[in-house]
Amino acid sequence: MENQHKILVLDDDADWLELSREMLTQLPSKPEIRTATSGKRALAMLDGEPFRLLICDLKMPRIDGLQVLAIVRRRFPELRTVVLSALEDEDFRSRAYALGVDMFWLKTEMQGNLQMYLECLESLLGRDQDGGFRGIQSKSLMDIIQMECLTRSSSVLRITRGSLVARLWIQGGELTDAEAEGARGEAAFRRILTWKSGTFENLPAEPNRKRTIVKPVNALLLESAQAIDESGGGPEASDQTVQIHRRTVWKLSLLTRTGAEFVVAVPPEGQGVHEAMGTQAQTAEQYATWTRRATEIIKRMGDLVDAGPLLHLDGNNSERQLLLIPRENKNFLVGWSPEASEGLLEKTKKLVASWDS
Amino acid sequence: MGLLNNIFGSRPGVTQLPSGSITVNRAGQILSSTVSSAYPADLLHAVGKEVLALLREARTAQMPLAEVSIHFASLRITARELRGGAIIFLFPQTALSPISN
Repeated sequence: MENQHKILVLDDDADWLELSREMLTQLPSKPEIRTATSGKRALAMLDGEPFRLLICDLKMPRIDGLQVLAIVRRRFPELRTVVLSALEDEDFRSRAYALGVDMFWLKTEMQGNLQMYLECLESLLGRDQDGGFRGIQSKSLMDIIQMECLTRSSSVLRITRGSLVARLWIQGGELTDAEAEGARGEAAFRRILTWKSGTFENLPAEPNRKRTIVKPVNALLLESAQAIDESGGGPEASDQTVQIHRRTVWKLSLLTRTGAEFVVAVPPEGQGVHEAMGTQAQTAEQYATWTRRATEIIKRMGDLVDAGPLLHLDGNNSERQLLLIPRENKNFLVGWSPEASEGLLEKTKKLVASWDS
Repeated sequence: MGLLNNIFGSRPGVTQLPSGSITVNRAGQILSSTVSSAYPADLLHAVGKEVLALLREARTAQMPLAEVSIHFASLRITARELRGGAIIFLFPQTALSPISN
């Protein structure tokens, strides 16, 4: 049974451990379940044999769960971790996620959603070969960096891959410095982007750190993506993955070349999901909803006054300029900075025309 | 006199496009207007309400708009947000109108 995964459950409550064992035997992959009642014992067991998943309580005597997780993350970077706690405190949840745990469940929630809990665990057990970064499994490092920069946050992103440690300094949404494998600046950044998996954590910002990177992060991401693309995306990349990757690179380059901040392409209601580039998922969702509603309102207005079809809409506020361009099968919402120059309509029309080419 | 009107009716086949400006309050009531009084007031009122809905939806989507221009094939509607209400400019587009960008 070489493929049988092992799960270690750590909790100071022996009754709970017994209950957990019973629940986990329902997992379809039938993993081997081991238990530990203290952090020290759990760490000794992890040292002694390979485990796939650690399910960890937070409130425990002597070494608490967060301490165990901090050690585990350093010593066993490939181990998947799930926190299962009775502590209904958002602070603990965010601290656990900052440590790079894959999931955080409240015991009360878990008991009410046992099936979902088990499905989540099964999904984690099945991710042997997947790339992605702990905590944000389906996202690449590029996505994570983009998210950090888009939120204009200031932090130090510490990325660990086995024994390798890298740091990215982000100040006010701008990438200011990078350090990895003895390299610094842009060279370090390019190296980090070749990593396909690992763990990451957000450390407090270091505003006084000397700036070594002056290029915009989108330009750096684009260069790195093109370099990866030219190298073929690695031997394990399937044709479909390469295609998706190329399309993403193409659209990212289009965005960078034209200087637009974001593009949201919105198909009519019920005819597929929107596609966004340059904006966070939640914001993109809001923009897509507005685009749909605005299109309906404008159509009503046009019918009312017999004004003919909509050619385009433009709008602005102090933060950005927006252009809504209708197309046969999609409507495009394109965001520009307030400083963007004249000729915006032509630029937007060209961008939209090239989007799906 | 009026023979043709008696036969075909006096209603024009095509409504003239509105030209001028209106100011609407947050409830959509028209406070002032420079649009010809021959233009149906209920249509103007409806345009005001739709413009307010457009601005309101933008606020809901976390991107409040200070100004918006809707370019139809034959009419441009430009609206500026005014504390929940709006001032709305209506510009019919003709072959001689300048190309807007």
